[in-house]
Amino acid sequence: MNLILKVWRQDGADDEGRFETHQINGVSEDSSFLEMMDQLNEQLLEEGNEPILFDHDCREGVCGTCSLTINGFAHGPENSTTTCQLHMRKFSDGETITVEPFRARAFPVVRDLVVDRSAFDRITQAGGFITVRTGSAPDGNALPVPKDDSDKAMDAAACIGCGACVASCKNASAMLFTAAKAGHLNLLPQGQAEKDKRVLSMVSAMDKSGFGNCRNYGECSAACPKDISLDYIAKLNRDHVKAKIKKIFA
Amino acid sequence: MFTSSIGKKYLMALTGFVLIGFVFVHMAGNLQILMGPEKINAYAHALQSLPMPILWGSRIFLLVCVVLHAWTAIVLIRENRAARPRENDVEVTKRAGLSSLKMGLTGTILLFFIVFHLLHFTVRAVYPEYDDLMTTVGAPEGMEVHNVYSMVLAGFQHTWVSVFYVISMFLLCGHLGHGFSSVFQSLGIRSESWRNKIDWAAKGYAWLIFLGFSIVPILVIGQKFDLISFFEPSLFSEPLAMR
Ligand code: HEM
Ligand code: FES
Repeated sequence: MNLILKVWRQDGADDEGRFETHQINGVSEDSSFLEMMDQLNEQLLEEGNEPILFDHDCREGVCGTCSLTINGFAHGPENSTTTCQLHMRKFSDGETITVEPFRARAFPVVRDLVVDRSAFDRITQAGGFITVRTGSAPDGNALPVPKDDSDKAMDAAACIGCGACVASCKNASAMLFTAAKAGHLNLLPQGQAEKDKRVLSMVSAMDKSGFGNCRNYGECSAACPKDISLDYIAKLNRDHVKAKIKKIFA
Repeated sequence: MFTSSIGKKYLMALTGFVLIGFVFVHMAGNLQILMGPEKINAYAHALQSLPMPILWGSRIFLLVCVVLHAWTAIVLIRENRAARPRENDVEVTKRAGLSSLKMGLTGTILLFFIVFHLLHFTVRAVYPEYDDLMTTVGAPEGMEVHNVYSMVLAGFQHTWVSVFYVISMFLLCGHLGHGFSSVFQSLGIRSESWRNKIDWAAKGYAWLIFLGFSIVPILVIGQKFDLISFFEPSLFSEPLAMR
């Protein structure tokens, strides 16, 4: 395949940034989007140019490191797919592909297509854990978990924290991520003890990081490579008001 | 309570919910105009004669809801613009419907509508002559009441007024099409199995409100241009002269 790539270049957080257009020929239909980017970078190096920086790690769709907004879609136009799992056969020969970083004030650009998603780490640090004494592993069957709850918790835990929800949201809201991380623990018996505190501190960490407010568009869930449902946002809203009310009467 | 991002959504949803309830009751009350002047005049008189604290209490409560709702909307939208200083160069929408994307626009026009509507039929500053319309029709023995029936017929015989009302009700329909279902999401009382049902209920409710409010100006304009004959011709032709 021969393609034209319109790629975002930015020298650092303070740089204005600009698009650069590159022609790339002989791309295999079977390569992934990131392999195509590798090929482009080799071409740039041969021409004596700076390669384009982008994030990646596992390239298996499980780590949540890859990003990119491709033709306006976070992780590209395929549903339930990360950029590393996106195949070039989904594009057509001769197509112009626009590649942008995940855009949000809370995700400042580090360089080119690499953005700083440590705001997500701050949300997780605020409450995405349970406090237990480590030691010998407890008996797996000692704590009964209803199947329905464990299924829902697992669906929430599928979140890989890639940030596509923020990038696809017209308000750069991190509600889907926060809802998945809080919901995962709030659904399980192990998470009950710290539930209220968790919800309040995670939402507060989210608000402090400069994300926008949810407006119930549903773009996040549509872009999520793990199809996290909007139900978790409804649950976060519910858990948040419960925690607030309990705090007032405490 | 209402300072966090979720708290603001709660405020939006709670005030929106009050307004949802209000528009339904208001619409149902208005529809009595289709049953003739006695009904609507008596109904309006009954509302006007509610004890002061109840009448003004409800009015102020509704106004506070509108102001809080609009104010929170402005805060939300400003914060959201700041949260995403640069749009994507290729901006696509995968799932969000037009009504959800245009909540701010439809809401702003509704705010203008609310102000105009109050000046038109409540304060009667747009056409001050509506103040002098008194009648014994629908009034208790030996009393005169305000002739709401004639005021509405006269009001909607101005084509531009009717057009503005119907357009506004269409925008309200759009606002509620998303707003009604959004309330459930914001308050956290929605789940995947209910999502579709609530979305349909929201659309149904929004269209019901549109039809219920628009039918009156549409009938009046229809009769003005001799397309239909719904209202008693003697009451219709010179509403301001009716006693
Ligand atoms: C006064 C003018 C109004 C303005 C400026 C306005 C603005 C808005 C905006 C921007 C939203 C979207 C909030 C979001 O998506 O996060 C919204 C939601 C809503 N509005 Fe309005 N609106 C107005 C009047 C009304 C009226 C008259 C009603 C009802 C009859 C209403 C009912 C609702 C409902 C139910 C919601 C959904 C709340 C939620 O997101 O949970 N609004 N409004
Ligand atoms: S690189 Fe790990 S999910 Fe894409």
